[in-house]
Amino acid sequence: MDAIILQLLNGLDKGSAYALIALGLTLIFGTLGVVNFAHGALFMIGAFCAVTLQRILSFSYVVEDPTQKDFLGRPLKVQTPYIESWFGPDFGSAIIDWSVPLAILFSIPIMIAIGFIMERGLIKHFYKRPHADQILVTFGLAIVLQEIVRTYYGANPIQTPAPQAFVGSFDFGSLLGFDPNVVIYPYWRMVYFGFSALIIGAVFAFLRFTTFGMVVRAGMADRETVGLLGLNIDKRFTLMFGLAAAVAGLAGVMYAPINAPNYHMGMDFLVLSFVVVVVGGMGSLPGAVLAGFMLGILESFASMNEVKDYFDGIDQIIIYLVAIVVLLTRPRGLMGRKGVMED
Amino acid sequence: MFGLNKKDSILMIAVAALALLAPFILNIFPNDSALAFFNAGYPDLMQRFVIFGIFAIGFNLLFGLTGYLSFGHAAFLGVGSYAAVWMFKLLNYNVVPAIVLSIVVAAAFSLVIGYISLRRSGIYFSILTLAFAQMMFVTAYSDLLGRWLGITLTNGETGLQVYNDDPQILLGNGPNVPHLFGLEMRAKEVWDIGPWEFTLPVGYYLCAVLMLASFYLAIRIFRSPFGLMLRAIKSNQTRLNYTGLNSKPYTLAVFVISGMYAGLAGGLLACMDPLAGAERMQWTASGEVVIMTILGGAGTLIGPILGSGAIKYLENVFSKLNEGLLHDWFGFMPDGLEGALVWVVSKFTGEGWHLTLGGLFMLVIIFLPGGLVEGGNKIRSWIQNRTGRGSPPADTASTPAE
Amino acid sequence: MSKFTTTRRGLIKSGVVGGAGLAMPTIFTSSAFGYTNEPTGSTVTLGFNVPQTGPYAEEGLDELRAQELAVEHLNGMGDGGMLNTFSSKALKGNGILGKKVQFVTGDTQTKSDAARASAKSMIEKDGAVMINGGSSSGVAVAVQGLCQEAGVIFMAGLTHSNDTTGKDKKRNGFRHFFNGYMSAAALAPVLKNAYGSDRRAYHLTADYTWGWTQQESIAAATEAMGWETVNNVLTPLASTDFSSYIAPVLNSGADVLVLNHYGGNMVNSLTNAIQFGLRDKIVNGKQFEIVVPLYSELMAAGAGKNVEGVIGSMNWNWQLQDDGTQAFVKSFGEKYGRPPSNSAHTCYVQTLLYADACERAGTFNPCGVVDALEGFEFDGMGNGPVLYRAEDHQCFKDVLVMKGKENPTNEYDTLEIVEVTPRAQVEYAPDHPMFAGGELGACNPGA
Repeated sequence: MDAIILQLLNGLDKGSAYALIALGLTLIFGTLGVVNFAHGALFMIGAFCAVTLQRILSFSYVVEDPTQKDFLGRPLKVQTPYIESWFGPDFGSAIIDWSVPLAILFSIPIMIAIGFIMERGLIKHFYKRPHADQILVTFGLAIVLQEIVRTYYGANPIQTPAPQAFVGSFDFGSLLGFDPNVVIYPYWRMVYFGFSALIIGAVFAFLRFTTFGMVVRAGMADRETVGLLGLNIDKRFTLMFGLAAAVAGLAGVMYAPINAPNYHMGMDFLVLSFVVVVVGGMGSLPGAVLAGFMLGILESFASMNEVKDYFDGIDQIIIYLVAIVVLLTRPRGLMGRKGVMED
Repeated sequence: MFGLNKKDSILMIAVAALALLAPFILNIFPNDSALAFFNAGYPDLMQRFVIFGIFAIGFNLLFGLTGYLSFGHAAFLGVGSYAAVWMFKLLNYNVVPAIVLSIVVAAAFSLVIGYISLRRSGIYFSILTLAFAQMMFVTAYSDLLGRWLGITLTNGETGLQVYNDDPQILLGNGPNVPHLFGLEMRAKEVWDIGPWEFTLPVGYYLCAVLMLASFYLAIRIFRSPFGLMLRAIKSNQTRLNYTGLNSKPYTLAVFVISGMYAGLAGGLLACMDPLAGAERMQWTASGEVVIMTILGGAGTLIGPILGSGAIKYLENVFSKLNEGLLHDWFGFMPDGLEGALVWVVSKFTGEGWHLTLGGLFMLVIIFLPGGLVEGGNKIRSWIQNRTGRGSPPADTASTPAE
Repeated sequence: MSKFTTTRRGLIKSGVVGGAGLAMPTIFTSSAFGYTNEPTGSTVTLGFNVPQTGPYAEEGLDELRAQELAVEHLNGMGDGGMLNTFSSKALKGNGILGKKVQFVTGDTQTKSDAARASAKSMIEKDGAVMINGGSSSGVAVAVQGLCQEAGVIFMAGLTHSNDTTGKDKKRNGFRHFFNGYMSAAALAPVLKNAYGSDRRAYHLTADYTWGWTQQESIAAATEAMGWETVNNVLTPLASTDFSSYIAPVLNSGADVLVLNHYGGNMVNSLTNAIQFGLRDKIVNGKQFEIVVPLYSELMAAGAGKNVEGVIGSMNWNWQLQDDGTQAFVKSFGEKYGRPPSNSAHTCYVQTLLYADACERAGTFNPCGVVDALEGFEFDGMGNGPVLYRAEDHQCFKDVLVMKGKENPTNEYDTLEIVEVTPRAQVEYAPDHPMFAGGELGACNPGA
């Protein structure tokens, strides 16, 4: 029982990352009809926004300390962040400590700007091109983006820890009457889950309750007719691309403390997020979210020792197995519409 | 000639000439010149050119004709390689049974996977093929199937190779390397002509002959009623179904044919180098053949060959261009300029070759929607306009499919 | 005008028939030529095959730096580094056998296929007589097999699987790096001292050959001193989030977690374990501990503060105080502004060892080099006196047990040396069951 609760928590947490990425992909696909293989790269850039802000905040001046030696026996260069000398060591280091939450604010304008530039500069010209061309050009873009990141940050993972306040884990089990330390879960992962739920809710509310969202939803259903009504649908779609980029970026920022960002983390998520989107049904936002959580939870259950003892290696293939079963029983995924991406 | 029309015959002869003379064309720069770095006329790379050419030709039969985008084609190449190495392990190093079995095994796999996946179309088909291929990749990488059966089937991430204590029941006194009835694949002939050095490898010529056969078969399929039917599926499958035709047998047939091409390519890879690694089944490898085909020109006959050549050249030559070499080349310049130039160029070569790759796709896809073939056509019509031949702008631009 | 190259068995040859540009196969008898890529000019070419793209790219770049430095020292440039401390004095700083050393580089991409392709291009196109480098055991085994077939020498870089000098050993291949068994032998006594002999260990193991062999070694060594292995869970290589594998650990009654992971897997699994607060827990009345059997500086840097207090092992570390180490760290540090990693050290030493063996053998012929390296004993390259064992081409030397430093003063100062385990303690018989099954075979000079 305790093992199942634990894996349920893990599944919700993994699922929230999958759902967030799939949500952004579906927003772009549903509104613009573009298959964006660079979406994983946007997620990666989001995570590197957190890294960048951490670097900016800990930007340091160097003093040589003759009492200490570096590896060549020269005086050690001691680095002190400017921010600590400006605000005092305590408050300064507290700011650096909180760099990941601060990066949320930092990343939104950056991600929206990147989204605008991508849409206006590149994607716009691919609305009428075959999906294979869209896949290829955005895949090329993803490679270029990740190589640029690698040029500046190297190939090694870079730790971007969560604030001290969120270090450690919460003992769920004691609430539910289990022994101590049996069902524990890290604070930051709980924050991640809550944050994802918030973003997903906000996106749905935005599309549901605003005029802008209404027009976009109408555009998703029938773009030409909406255009005939005299509404500038293109402009709104550009905004939607910015929004989708911001969602991917935020998912990345908050993910940075969970696993240290590296330049190819986007590619690691890319295939998986496409499987999620397709299992959910192309163009369906609720489908993407549902499939994200479903696959996250199933993946976690498949990693349980009890399951692995029975079926060795199941954790490696579960996602694909589920995708095949879903697509064979439900031709357009869980919640897909007829005629979307079937030709 | 051989049942080809004039245009196709010319194309066939041109490809044959290129393939047979490749060892000379690819080593165009004299051996001791600085440009010798860009030579590609060594056995391994030439073999890769034609093997991946076969792979891409086969993929193009499926994707170019029917529009079905398989994202798991590398799996068939992988099983082909494993089948070939198993033949080496069990029988002997003769390549004929290895190649035959690799095609058969790939056909069997593609029949099953195709039968299931073709129940869906569009991206749902793509994801189904991707899912099957990824399952096969992880199964091979951790040798899951072997673990369930209690044997070594794929030898995990190290790759399947031949050991001295393998049965090899037909080995006898035969060669201990892959061979065609005694003719060793890695035997080669080196010609020194003046400053040039040309290598003529046996393995390459075997691959080239098989590539030409595959290419010929592809032309025949393109021009056959069967090929016409496949194109009809691409242009409007629903309408085709309304006419009372069941398109499934046609798509399944071409899926299996294209899987057999992949199996042949995989078998040949193992014949040239008797090791089968799991990575050649990964989704990135499947993506690579998609890229090769589209980069060269999907739906064209020659495009896939050009595309695979371009990618493999980039992977094997650009990745070796290190800063030391750049400093040698730009050494004649003033120091500051040299440093700056080396810094810029080094971002695109050596460890930065992925950047060149990504940038190249983007440029080709943006400016040449029909791939390199369209680029060639554009240049040709531009030259024709310049020279004032004034020939009509051909039908090339509008139908890059030919 | 035409030069022939024969194949190993020397039976089948192809010759020129006419000038038509087509090579027609004919049968010739054996040839007089010596070996693959025999250097005929004033230079000799070495091939440096390292991962330049993918997750191990930084490791590969560090290896490349060390290899370039080695070439510099061989050619008599720079301060000579370990040439001055090396016990064999055959190298004179005038290249190898009087030929200037050149090198070519390639990208293994940490894939067996790509690594073989780039090694082949070095051998076939650039005429390399030796291939050096790499950052994974799968690649090392694949390239070692290739070099054996092609008739060149392979000097392995970072490869830690028992198989490289066990069931996949080859006469033309040599490994300076230590292996899973030696890690386990060095770690066990230290773990016993630090954590006691009554511990219950939970293993997470990367699901590929290296992971399996290391886990087998560590489990055997720790069980021999009284630990119990509670569970061994195989994790997929592609995993990025290890939470599902970490979560059940506490519940299993284990009080030690052993992470048989390397590279990105290690960074993530360790980060996840720290997130779950494992090291703050008390289980069975003991402090919960984490062990990472194979450390590398670059991965420790990637894991940041999470390595604090975590014990692991290394082949070599720049903090050693012997003359060889100091000479190397000085010339590497002055050239690149950073201390070398242990894989850089291995690649540097391997290049020098190869050069020295050529000098002593008086030839680049792989068979001569093999004879010179087999059973070779040397000193002054860090790690104290070292033996290149003839039976399996494994180097035997002291092994370092490391611990994550509590308060690192700079980014390179993440680990500290806990103990230098003497060579005698990590040695094993060549026919040890964990290394059984392979044979070196005969040396292959190629052509």
